[in-house]
Order: sequence, then structure tokens, then C-alpha cells
Amino acid sequence: MASKPIRDLAKTIRSKNSGPFEITFDIIFDDTAIYQQVKESGVFTPEALCKLYGVGTDAIVAFMFFDPARAFKMTLKRSWAQGSVGERDTFGTQQHAPLMDFLVPLP
Amino acid sequence: MKELKILTPHGILGYGIPEKDFWRGIDAGADAMIIDAGSTDPGPYLLGLGKMIVSREAYLRDLSLMLKACATRKVPIYLSSAGGPGINQHVDDLIDIIREIAGANGYHFKIAAIYADIDKQVIRTRLEDGRIVPCGSAPPLTADDVDQAVNVVAQMGAEPFLQVLKEHPDIDIIVAGRAYDPAPFAGLCMLHGIDPGVYWHMGKIVECGANCAEPKGKVILATVRKDSFDLEPMNPAERCTIASVAAHTLYEKTRPDLLSGPGGVLDLRGSRYEQLDERRVRVSGSVFTPSPKYQVKLEGASIVGHRTIFIGGIRDPILVGQIDGFLDKVRQDARETYPELANGQASLNFHVYGKNGVMGSTEPLIDVVPHEVGLLGEITAPTQAAANAIANSTRIAVLHNPYPGQVATAGNFAIPLNPPENPIGPVCKFSIYHLMEVDSPTELFPVRYSEI
Repeated sequence: MASKPIRDLAKTIRSKNSGPFEITFDIIFDDTAIYQQVKESGVFTPEALCKLYGVGTDAIVAFMFFDPARAFKMTLKRSWAQGSVGERDTFGTQQHAPLMDFLVPLP
Repeated sequence: MKELKILTPHGILGYGIPEKDFWRGIDAGADAMIIDAGSTDPGPYLLGLGKMIVSREAYLRDLSLMLKACATRKVPIYLSSAGGPGINQHVDDLIDIIREIAGANGYHFKIAAIYADIDKQVIRTRLEDGRIVPCGSAPPLTADDVDQAVNVVAQMGAEPFLQVLKEHPDIDIIVAGRAYDPAPFAGLCMLHGIDPGVYWHMGKIVECGANCAEPKGKVILATVRKDSFDLEPMNPAERCTIASVAAHTLYEKTRPDLLSGPGGVLDLRGSRYEQLDERRVRVSGSVFTPSPKYQVKLEGASIVGHRTIFIGGIRDPILVGQIDGFLDKVRQDARETYPELANGQASLNFHVYGKNGVMGSTEPLIDVVPHEVGLLGEITAPTQAAANAIANSTRIAVLHNPYPGQVATAGNFAIPLNPPENPIGPVCKFSIYHLMEVDSPTELFPVRYSEI
């Protein structure tokens, strides 16, 4: 079984604020077969993805695949205040990078 | 009316409406132009300091185009979340700009202003009555948060727009304060007997303009009927596809399937997408379920301090290799010099670009040693003078502190700006982001009519 980084499989990998207290991550596929393989690979677990961001699974607000858009979505609580003291990503648009090299085993 | 054509000229008013695409939409028979001007995304300073998201000139430019279509083609304009944060002042400011353009061109309009500032006493009373809860992941609201907020608005739902359209069917322009982004779309559609699942889903997509197209665009035309809607970008080089429209329903939302708004929840699990031709998609099947209690989202911002910053670069490999320990020592020295740092009244943050400036403590690549780092020193204190003082000594410590193995003894820090320390004013935070029950969807949003 070979593994591939998710950046080689998905069309879109992105992060963005969902309101000032959450950051949401989308992974969108343009190929239904690859989407199904990724979904069925079983590696998208709350523990594995939270580990990428150094947070506990209690930070998860949403964690789900969504078939109509061939997409995976995870929403995490922001651990720092948006646009305030110590902000490092006001729009939350550069927090996706650690996801890109997440490895998915494929048949 | 069998079908309603709604033209959205951009995702945000003032971002620069493309003129040709705009007129293509008007020529296609638009029944209304709807555009929202708001967002919390730029951060709390807009609300906390009463700033607008773009300059007055940018509003003049976009509104000149829209007012020309309104005056010469009789297409009404519904604007929401005036200025960005949607405070009363911004509603009046936009109406002033409209008055200026109308005066210069001899246009006459009937205008409705809908206001969204919320009286703090109303909030205090409802907080005591247990009628306010956090929105999503916000912390619980305290009476202190209410006292300290500079401005508080609530996102109106569809009903204030519906009220105006019923009271004055011939209204040319509505300028609304803070509103749920799809609310003006919903208000218009309510009047025409369209299914709520259809108009809320349509509003959710087109409030971002042609963001749902490939490539991402600006001007979009939605054609809405009782049980479905069609989407068509007005730039011929863009197309809406099933994938691009379905993917957009995820954008900046907590979940892709259930979207809560004022008065209920939009359920997208049964949505159907149909490719009508190369550039148009038809959407149907979404369901809106009214909630037992009607809640509106309150947004409030407060000022938490004043900030001074300094910026520079470090290229010395001996120092770059031990940058974390070096900055820890600078922090420690600063805490000893300035007790307000130690007691939490002030704060010092270093952003180390090239190392973990974007991800901070969650950066997974911790063992990489870059050849150069950029350093942003960020000092926040109760007064600007206090922040300046801490910035002075911190910047000097970064420039001149010794470190183990040092060979370059003249200075540690390459500074591009002169003066090197820059006071940048108040820092805000979102102190209120909560759902409040209302007795009626229109009770908090007064309307004022005028003619120009």
C-alpha cells in the first residue's frame, strides 16, 4: 500500500475564520473515486488531525466528510483572539499548511 | 411574479465593481441590486474604532455606478452592513455619500435607513433574564463585557427588510446597518412567496458575489423562483459548476450541512445541483426550519490597550541558531524593568518570521534553522506612552543584548524603519459575539424614511 500526501490528491486545501472564534479547514476533491478512497482510508481521525495543530480533540467544533461537495471539513476553536493582541493570522488563511503533507494510504 | 432576478455586483461594497459585468447584469433584466458591505473578518478594529472597511472614495466609485442604474433603469438597491461593522454612523455616512452623488447628477430617490445599534440597557436586562448565550465558540457574556464595549450592533434578519418593502413598495434604496449577510435577499424573496429553503440558500451563496464561480469572480445574477434558483456569473470567462457551487457552501462556515441564522436553520443535506449549461447551475432541495426562539447575533468590540511595534531582521547565523533563548532573555529583562508586563497589564509578543511567525507555538517544523529571520516586536499597554516606553527598551535589548558565542559585537538587529519604533494606536477585541432572544424580529431595528 502506497501513501500519498493529501496535497497530491485534493483540488483545494484551505483554512479561514468561521467567525472570530473559530478556524475552519476545507479539503475538497474533484475526483469522486479519490474522494471515496480518502474517506474510506480511515486516517482522518480527530486525534490525528488535532495532533498536527498541537491541540486536544476538545478544540473540535465540526469534523465531517460532506459528500455533496466531495469535501472534508474540520472546524477548530481559535486558541487566540482574532485581530487582537498577539494575532498572527487575522483571516486565518495560512493555517492550512500542516495539513498539506498529511499522508493518506491508498490501495 | 414568476421569477425574480437579483444582481449582486460584488461580495463587498467598495471593493471595485467591474463595470462591464455590472451592466451585463442590469441588461439581463435585474429586478434588484443587493450587496452587503460587512464582515467581522478584518478584525474588531472596525467596530471598536468605528472605521469603515474601505475609503469614502471607494464607496463613491461603486455607488456612482449602482446609483446610475437605479436612477436610469429603475432597479432598486438594497445595501446591508453599511461600512463594514454596520453601526448607525456608517448608515448615515453612506446615505451622505448617496446624497452627494444624487445631487451632482440630479437623481431623486426614496431611501429607507434601517439601524442596528443596540442599547446596552436592553442587553443588560436580557443577560440578567438568561436570554443571551454565546454564539458558537465564544466565551460566556459578562456584565463587564457589555460595559466596556465601544459599539454593539445586532445582525438583523430578513424581517426589517420585508417591513420596509411592505410599507413602501416603491422604495428606491435601503441602507441597512449590521445584517445577517443573506438577510436582504431573504427579505425581498419573502415578499414574492419563494420557499425559505430556496432563498436562504441563494442568499448564502450570492452574498459573496461570484465567489462561487470558477475562476472566482465578482458580479453574479441569481434567478429565483418558488422552488429553485439559478446562478450565472456576469463575466463571460467565469462559470458556475456543480463542484464550484457545492464547494462554496463550505466557505468560512463552521459546518457544511446545517447553517444557523436569525430565525432558523438552513439544512443543505438534501440540496440538489443541476448543470443547466456550461456556465449556469440550478439549485433546489434545501430546507429551512424555523427555530422555536428567534435569536439575533450581537457583535461588540472593546479597546484592550494601545500598541507600539518594531520590525527588523536577524542574519547572524550564531544568533539565528539560538533565537528562542535570546528572545526569552529579552522578555525576562523587560519583565524585570516593567512591572506592568509581569502583572499582565501590558504584553510583549515576538513574531519570528522565517521560523514560526504564522503558526506560532503550533508550528510543527521546530528543528529547522533558517538563514535569516524577521522579527516583529508587538507591545500592548494601557496607554500609548507606556507601550512606547516598553518598546524603546525592548528594541534596544534586541539590538544590543549579548548572547553566548557572539562574534558580532556592534549590533544584533537590522532595522528598516526610521524611527525604529512605531506607535500604531488602540488594539481592540471582540468582546461580544452572542445570540440574544428577541420578542419580535423587527423590535431592535428602527427604520427612518427620507427623500433626496
